[in-house]
Amino acid sequence: MLKTLSRPFMAKSSGDFARLGVLLALAGLILFGALRYDNFISPFNILSFLRYNSMFALIALGMAFVIITGGIDLSVGGVAAMASVVAAYLSPYGWFPGLAGGMVAGLIAGAINGLIITRMRIQPFIATLAMMLAAYGTALLLANNQSVSVSYDTGFTMIGQDDFLGFPIPAWIAALAYVLGWVFLERHPAGRHVLAIGDGEATANLMGLKVEKTLFAVYALSGLLAGLAGVILASQFGAGQPTEGVGWELFAIASVVVGGTLLTGGSGSVGATLAGALLLAMVFNVLNFENGLGWISLSAYWQSVIRGSFLLVVVVLQARLMKKTEA
Amino acid sequence: MTTIDTSAPGERAARPNMAQFLSRYGTFAAFILLVLFNLIVTPNFLSWQTLNVNLTQVATIVIVAVGMTLVIATGGIDLSVGSLMAIAGTVAPMIFMGKVLPIENMGILILLSFILPVLLVMAFGWFNGVLVTRFSIQPIIATLVLFIAGRGIAQVATNGNLQVFKNPDFQFIAMGRIAGIPAQVIIMIIVAVLAHCLIRYTVIGRQIIAVGGNEKAARLTGIPVRRVKTFVYIVSGALAGVAGLIVVARNSASDANLVGLGMELDAIAAVAVGGSLLTGGRANIVGTVLGAFVIQLVRYTLLANGVPDAAALIVKAGLIVVAVFIQQRAKA
Repeated sequence: MLKTLSRPFMAKSSGDFARLGVLLALAGLILFGALRYDNFISPFNILSFLRYNSMFALIALGMAFVIITGGIDLSVGGVAAMASVVAAYLSPYGWFPGLAGGMVAGLIAGAINGLIITRMRIQPFIATLAMMLAAYGTALLLANNQSVSVSYDTGFTMIGQDDFLGFPIPAWIAALAYVLGWVFLERHPAGRHVLAIGDGEATANLMGLKVEKTLFAVYALSGLLAGLAGVILASQFGAGQPTEGVGWELFAIASVVVGGTLLTGGSGSVGATLAGALLLAMVFNVLNFENGLGWISLSAYWQSVIRGSFLLVVVVLQARLMKKTEA
Repeated sequence: MTTIDTSAPGERAARPNMAQFLSRYGTFAAFILLVLFNLIVTPNFLSWQTLNVNLTQVATIVIVAVGMTLVIATGGIDLSVGSLMAIAGTVAPMIFMGKVLPIENMGILILLSFILPVLLVMAFGWFNGVLVTRFSIQPIIATLVLFIAGRGIAQVATNGNLQVFKNPDFQFIAMGRIAGIPAQVIIMIIVAVLAHCLIRYTVIGRQIIAVGGNEKAARLTGIPVRRVKTFVYIVSGALAGVAGLIVVARNSASDANLVGLGMELDAIAAVAVGGSLLTGGRANIVGTVLGAFVIQLVRYTLLANGVPDAAALIVKAGLIVVAVFIQQRAKA
């Protein structure tokens, strides 16, 4: 009895603690970089940082919604790769068909995830793991095992490469998505349903919430955002890449968890997820600069080791905090 | 058969029976059907070479899937097996090529290159187990850490370079034959038989099932839940290590980027197709072996008939979903 009563309190306090921590860490890291490296606070570094990391921020947003319901989406990397191929094929017909095509491809994959999870009642990680496989398979089939170059004549590359009012277009897209996501989760009734489902699916069902519909929508949204990230990928690097996206799910999960969202669902915040994504990206930005100084030399292979260690530290901390608040 | 999706009240009662039937005999039926299909369609299917190719390729899947079966039986999952294969497969050549240890005696080096990599990945398995038991981190997330970082460790160790070697003594585990049977097939059989006996006839085997069936009840009856869970992750790590050694020995080369890539899915699929519930509480080793054969045969059938590799991925994805679906229906 005591345990059930204390649960919302516990979730809230550990979440708040993590949110404060992630902001402090982010500020500290930026300060460290600004003092240590010459061009860290240069417009070039800031803009390319935002341009490149918008893709990951978008995927992390979708993942946040999925994790808040207590699920997981391991297919985002594969779906983004597939969407990048679709977008590249459609780019000769104009920037809009490219954009829409990639997003629809992502949406379809997400919707299939949602159907398998809600209708066939298969655990999210199995359903999305299978989708990861199927999405990579589809991407490779469509692309004939090669990368597909995009058209440079129709303005498609502007989505990933151009600026608007001094900021990269991908950053605007991500910012818009986060504002919409925040309004939805914090202000819209359906957003509260997402939280309620994560807290207890059976209870939410008894309360008359449309559990299946909401779950379906959450996975469809995650697929849509992964598709959007795939479009940006193709546009930014000039090619649809069927083998890209490996490890993206980990980046997204780590961002969400760093932001204090519990992996067990029921709590979470859109703003903190953004902070988590920025923090994780900033770690790599600082490491790149450190590499440039020549004191250390980290090959690209270190990236995955660091990503993994980062996730490890965060989940262990989260587990510790949960235990402490429980005691 | 086509009535499975209709919702007329009369047929609703028949549905679980259908699922139970499929759950019990579906894997075996699928295996027989695949063999029959190949006998008719695929040229030269009935040959020693085909049998050889399929047996040697299925061996690593079976070895890893047996470990996965034990982990899944406790209600967990191990996504790190592919990466652990890469670590073992990377470290072993470094040892017998004399890059890490200042030992001259080749015999000792070969022996160590079997033992040390497996011990190393067992330590990683223990690490998975500690995350799951001591820190109460969900198995998916706990093993996701090594899923990505583990391959990174192997890549960092070799700087992503291919290690090519020729060492008949080390490669005996993949190239050698005992009484005409490939060594890796013998390892596969030993692993499967030992695991089957472990589950059937030993205390820890029964404890594994009990933990997966109802963890709280298991704890209350005095089963050392943490130790049992840690044990299965260590076993899973060890078997992944053995599989990693076999793969590099077979290829005469070790590529940290590729060894064991996607193996976690093959292993999970073998378990699911083989009839163990993914939610735990059941461990069907014979089913897992059969499941691995079905997956291997599906891949072989597609490739032998000119279907591209990428399409085979999609088929495998569908197979996993259908197999899990049938298992869950059978239970309900």
